[in-house]
Amino acid sequence: MLDMKTLGHDAIAEKGRFNAHKYLILRRLSQLGILALFLAGPWLGIWIVKGNLAYSLTLDFLPLTDPYVLLQGSLSGVVPETTAIIGVVIVLLFYFLVGGRVYCSWVCPVNMVTDLAAWLRRKLGIRTTSQLSRSTRFWMLGLTLILPFAVAGGIVWELVNPVSMMFRGIVFGMGAAWVMVLGIFLFDLIVAKDGWCGHICPVGAFYNLVGSRSLLRVNAVQRQACNDCMECYVVCPEPQVIKPALKGEEKGASPVILSSDCTNCGRCIDICAKDVFSYGGRRSKSIEVYKREGEINPGVQA
Amino acid sequence: MTDTERKNEINRRQFLGNMLKTACSVGLVGLGLGAYSKRASSLPASYIRPPGALPEEEFLGTCIRCGLCVRDCPYDILFLGEVGDQVPTGTPYFVARTGPCEMCEEIPCVVACPTNALDHELKDIEDSRMGLAVLIDQENCIAFHGLRCEVCFNVCPIRNRAITLDMQHNTRSGKHALFIPVVHSDACTGCGLCERACILEEAAIKVFPTHLAKGELGKHYRLGWEEKEKAGGALVTPDTEHRYNLPEGVRYELQGEGLIIEEGAQQTPFSANPLDTLNSGFMDK
Amino acid sequence: MKLTRREFIKSNAVAAAASVAGVTLPLSNATAADADDGIRWDKAACRYCGTGCSVLMGVKDGKVVASQGDPDAPVNKGLNCIKGYFLPKILYGEDRLTKPLLRKTNGKYDKNGKFEAVSWDEAFKTMAEKWIAARKAKGPKGVGMFGSGQWTVWEGYAAQKLLKAGFRSNSLEPNARHCMASAVGAFMRAFGIDEPMGCYDDLEHADVFVLWGANMAEMHPILWSRLTDTRLTKPGCEVHVLSTFEHRCYELADNGMVFEPQTDLAILNYIANYIIQNKAYNKAFIDKHVNFTKTPTDIGYGLRDNDPREKAAKNRAKGKLTKISFEEYAKSVEPYTLEYTAKLSKVPKEKLLRLAKAYADPKKKVASYWTMGFNQHTRGVWVNGLCYNVHLLMGKISEPGNSPFSLTGQPSACGTAREVGTFTHRLPADLVTKKDAHCKFAEKTWKLPAGTIPRANGKTDGADQSDISGKPMGPTLIHAVAMHRALNDGKMNTFWVMCNNNMQAAANMNDESYPGWRNPDNFITVSDPYPTVSAQAADLILPTAMWIEKEGAYGNAERRTQFWRQQVGAPGEAKSDVWQVMEFSKYVKVKDVWPEDLIAKMPEYADKTLYDVLYANGQVNKFPVEQVTDSRGNKYANDESADFGFYVQKGLFEEYRLFNSVDGIPKKGHEMADFDAYHKVRGMRWPVIDGKETLWRFREGYDPHVAKGEGVKFYGKPDGKANIITAPYEPAAEPPDKEYDLWLCTGRVLEHWHSGSMTRRVPELYRAVPDAVVYMHPKDAKKRRLRNGALAKLTSRRGEIVCKVDTKGRNKCPEGLVFVPWFDAGRLVNKLTLDQTDPLSKETDYKKCGVKITRA
Repeated sequence: MLDMKTLGHDAIAEKGRFNAHKYLILRRLSQLGILALFLAGPWLGIWIVKGNLAYSLTLDFLPLTDPYVLLQGSLSGVVPETTAIIGVVIVLLFYFLVGGRVYCSWVCPVNMVTDLAAWLRRKLGIRTTSQLSRSTRFWMLGLTLILPFAVAGGIVWELVNPVSMMFRGIVFGMGAAWVMVLGIFLFDLIVAKDGWCGHICPVGAFYNLVGSRSLLRVNAVQRQACNDCMECYVVCPEPQVIKPALKGEEKGASPVILSSDCTNCGRCIDICAKDVFSYGGRRSKSIEVYKREGEINPGVQA
Repeated sequence: MTDTERKNEINRRQFLGNMLKTACSVGLVGLGLGAYSKRASSLPASYIRPPGALPEEEFLGTCIRCGLCVRDCPYDILFLGEVGDQVPTGTPYFVARTGPCEMCEEIPCVVACPTNALDHELKDIEDSRMGLAVLIDQENCIAFHGLRCEVCFNVCPIRNRAITLDMQHNTRSGKHALFIPVVHSDACTGCGLCERACILEEAAIKVFPTHLAKGELGKHYRLGWEEKEKAGGALVTPDTEHRYNLPEGVRYELQGEGLIIEEGAQQTPFSANPLDTLNSGFMDK
Repeated sequence: MKLTRREFIKSNAVAAAASVAGVTLPLSNATAADADDGIRWDKAACRYCGTGCSVLMGVKDGKVVASQGDPDAPVNKGLNCIKGYFLPKILYGEDRLTKPLLRKTNGKYDKNGKFEAVSWDEAFKTMAEKWIAARKAKGPKGVGMFGSGQWTVWEGYAAQKLLKAGFRSNSLEPNARHCMASAVGAFMRAFGIDEPMGCYDDLEHADVFVLWGANMAEMHPILWSRLTDTRLTKPGCEVHVLSTFEHRCYELADNGMVFEPQTDLAILNYIANYIIQNKAYNKAFIDKHVNFTKTPTDIGYGLRDNDPREKAAKNRAKGKLTKISFEEYAKSVEPYTLEYTAKLSKVPKEKLLRLAKAYADPKKKVASYWTMGFNQHTRGVWVNGLCYNVHLLMGKISEPGNSPFSLTGQPSACGTAREVGTFTHRLPADLVTKKDAHCKFAEKTWKLPAGTIPRANGKTDGADQSDISGKPMGPTLIHAVAMHRALNDGKMNTFWVMCNNNMQAAANMNDESYPGWRNPDNFITVSDPYPTVSAQAADLILPTAMWIEKEGAYGNAERRTQFWRQQVGAPGEAKSDVWQVMEFSKYVKVKDVWPEDLIAKMPEYADKTLYDVLYANGQVNKFPVEQVTDSRGNKYANDESADFGFYVQKGLFEEYRLFNSVDGIPKKGHEMADFDAYHKVRGMRWPVIDGKETLWRFREGYDPHVAKGEGVKFYGKPDGKANIITAPYEPAAEPPDKEYDLWLCTGRVLEHWHSGSMTRRVPELYRAVPDAVVYMHPKDAKKRRLRNGALAKLTSRRGEIVCKVDTKGRNKCPEGLVFVPWFDAGRLVNKLTLDQTDPLSKETDYKKCGVKITRA
């Protein structure tokens, strides 16, 4: 069994502390940076971005709309405004390119909470598992899209959506939203590993679908260098996505992680002492194929 | 049945079972959410939507909860509903007593709205209907007792149209007038400046969502004098001229005062013309 | 009070229904009733305007916890305006001053030091040193005191004695100089006696009301409510309103007129002309009761001597009347035709005609009301007089409903400033320092040597009065605006401002008031309950006990004198104005301020203090301390009596009555009842003779001074006749020009009292009207790229302020004129106003100067 105490030691030894946390740091910078952009207005009076993740206006020019919220609104019978539609198109295009669940790992503030819960779980050795199926989130997604039809009250999910609640809470005022955040934290810590993001959250499910054909992917490009340390499975929030790519050589499977569950968080890249993983295109090949085809300079095609 | 088949069978059962369980729990969540949404979407009386807000049900479908209206309000009176508030989470509102709408001419909150939840057709802030002011407590409003307050009237931005003062005789004091504030729904925008300004400890005039504030006349009934004015004349054929048996010096105005006794007329029992007296015979009966 | 079960269920049901509707109900009545137990109620006159409403204040545990309008008060019948509603709160602002504060550096007085708490003893020692030095070095005008129409009667009386008799200085002025002086001037010129002949009962008896520059709807709210009621209930009653902009009174107006500033002079002359042309005047009345006179014209604007407008004036500040014939009078108003007047005033002809007809109709009783529109006017005495002309021509005066009525703005502008005479030229009961005989009467009454009081011209019995300065006394009169100029010029070195906020009130703050107060040679004392703008600019601040924290008396606009008892104590070391004046007098010795030859007349006074000779004179200290009670057996404190050892208020009032209510006085007609009588009534209207008050003066039957058979007698004049005084239209001092292209008019709002030092400390009133705005016509705003609510910069030749634009509010200005209220310490509109005065009354014109407005 893997020793939790030495998790990541190899990678640090091999690549140095920074390189072993490169994408983690970048993701935190991204998440906090986005928050900072939204907060610069109310806190410092520097208005670069106004609004929140549901809809924002950057430099009074660039509209960005959360397609999921707008979809719910449309399902309640509302015809959206042009600016809102433009915002949706831009956002959809972006996530189509970089992967839908990039939203989850690089933007969503709840990710910091659930990552913290996951980290603590490992530290404290909590091993509870729930019976929840990872498909629950798609049921939830379906539910949130049916509710606008079914009951009065328009965009029902937004009444309780912890994702928008937390971000809006930070930017506009928390109210009792911290209870929701704490709930998610405790749920992930005690009840189920990756319980919220990996099982329930319909927002993630929605972006999952948005990015199902996305171009940017993680690629187990050096999969033959894998030393079976298993650390990537431990840190991955959606570990089921790794195996087909990493261990699929015999079956002739592509080394690219094709499952749209993957959040493109890059933790597997960081943690791997052998540099098995890297970002790449959807159609990238593994190193052995490159070798076979006599190509050089692998791993830079991202 | 082979091992694999058995294994598959178990997997299948397990899968179906799991699926049922998930579906049921998600369904329960849905029921809860639906119920919560029903409760949360009945906007409480003291929470007022920004200018141009669509009817509540439509508004809740249209508002994307982005808070841009909050950001662009120059008076910082708008808030987004937070968890635990009585207003749907993330939707904008203001509370008239503490921060009423200052009625900006350029209506920046409406301009900022990306989804038309605040109707972009609203160009003149005086056309907005955020709610309706109601002088709800006539017992405690000091104007009804004859005190000279009229603060609500004085702060009303739709001057002398949304709130007027109805001047009445003060029967108690006998020599003072009452200046009773009267709200007119055809002009009141529901901005709430009157509610904030009310000097009572609990405001006597309050802004409520229009549907709570307004009664409705029976659909069949028309106010005769208004219809006549609209039509520019009587709706049915006017009467032929009325004539009356009247003593001299007395007139009768059908539409006016009624009986009018001309000044100086009939001050004495004698007609101004002495011949009348002379020719009428003795008055002694 | 206990709730029955049924009531309990009912109140719960109501509460439940209310919570559904999102309504929070106030506390149940049960708690309110319980809280009323043990409250002691007593009457007082309202602290604010000249209306003189009576209020009942509820005190429990030494604090005012409740208030109500006095239901038995004839003026207000239990009603209040919004300011009166909040009267208890003005006592309890969080920043009440509780200790004397002196500017100090390193423990010593320093003009540029920071305020530090000092004892009363140190405060008065410092002050006395400065006052004595200034009096010696600079003569009678070297010291000055600026009091108030909000002083109680005895506070004004005590100050009168301190300055005129104690310091031998006529440098005593009230803020009523800014407020009522023009009215006083006109009363004296036309009738020879001050204050209105009518009373508030005119409000029920008139058929026609004409408002001349009075926004009664906001400034005299309860009187307006009476006027409105008459308009509503009396058939044929009509209301004419004239002003330079539309205000709340226009809501009731049958004939609302907006005239070009200053042309009220022309409109009144037009009405007189109309009456004469149509032979509508009351010939019998004129023949018997009226003299016709004219007044010098081209009299300047009360500006500094070097101002070109003053140099150009032919008859600067001249006002001596010359008799003329009726025909000459008729000729003098002849130019004021309807056409000419309509063109000049910009009031439509038909409106002017309607107004003139109302005055000229012998069957209609007309009451004219005015306040600051007439009084704060560079021709204020003239314009007051022109209104009397119209009433006198018609004989519409001194009877119920026929009444030219000057309304006062302050609660005791009449009772204190005017009746006690706290002006530089006056003594109590209409006596004047100009007259040697009047001064001698006062000296005798006060048991002082003849020649103590400075004569206006500094001469008594034809000889110069000697002075402590070693120089002859010289001319001694100095009015309010001149005081600020003298401070600025270093000619006056000590100044005591009491019960007013003159730094915020006096015009031209930047050029005159502020540099004057901060002049390093000068020592400024401000007595106030709150840290006002004046206090900020002072060197010594004395904390003041206000209103019902002392026993007091006010006299309202209808000659009604009202008393109240001390109902609560003052916070900290705060002391009433009368205490401050009297206590300070202990720190000055007679020989410090009187010359030897004067002392020689009463050598026993040489080593005495001013306190000894002015207040411990056997008259003022005649009445021993007594427990103040009411007829219900409640007991009241009297801090002044406790401190000085005699019944201070009674002594001062009874000595004051020696001027107006005993045999052998120089001027009759101001008789008052004795001290104790006033505590038993809700005011009495003087003259009070044999316990009977007077409603209408100068008319037989109503006025005991008019003998049987005389009908009407204007007994203030030796021949019993009133003066019609002709005066022409003359332009304003600073009309708009190309650069300063708008008229600026200043004034008040209903919610705030004067400079707002009290009402802005009431949260509800502050919330209702937080800041001053500039009311302007939407077109004027648009021309300057301003919108309703935008910030505008107002600039005059003297200063600038920034405030928000209001184009939709209660005041609707015509194009070319803007209005800014002056209550807001955050926007000092007196930085803009010009220190112009009526050259006759010396009252500032706050209503007309040039200003420009740009985007801020």
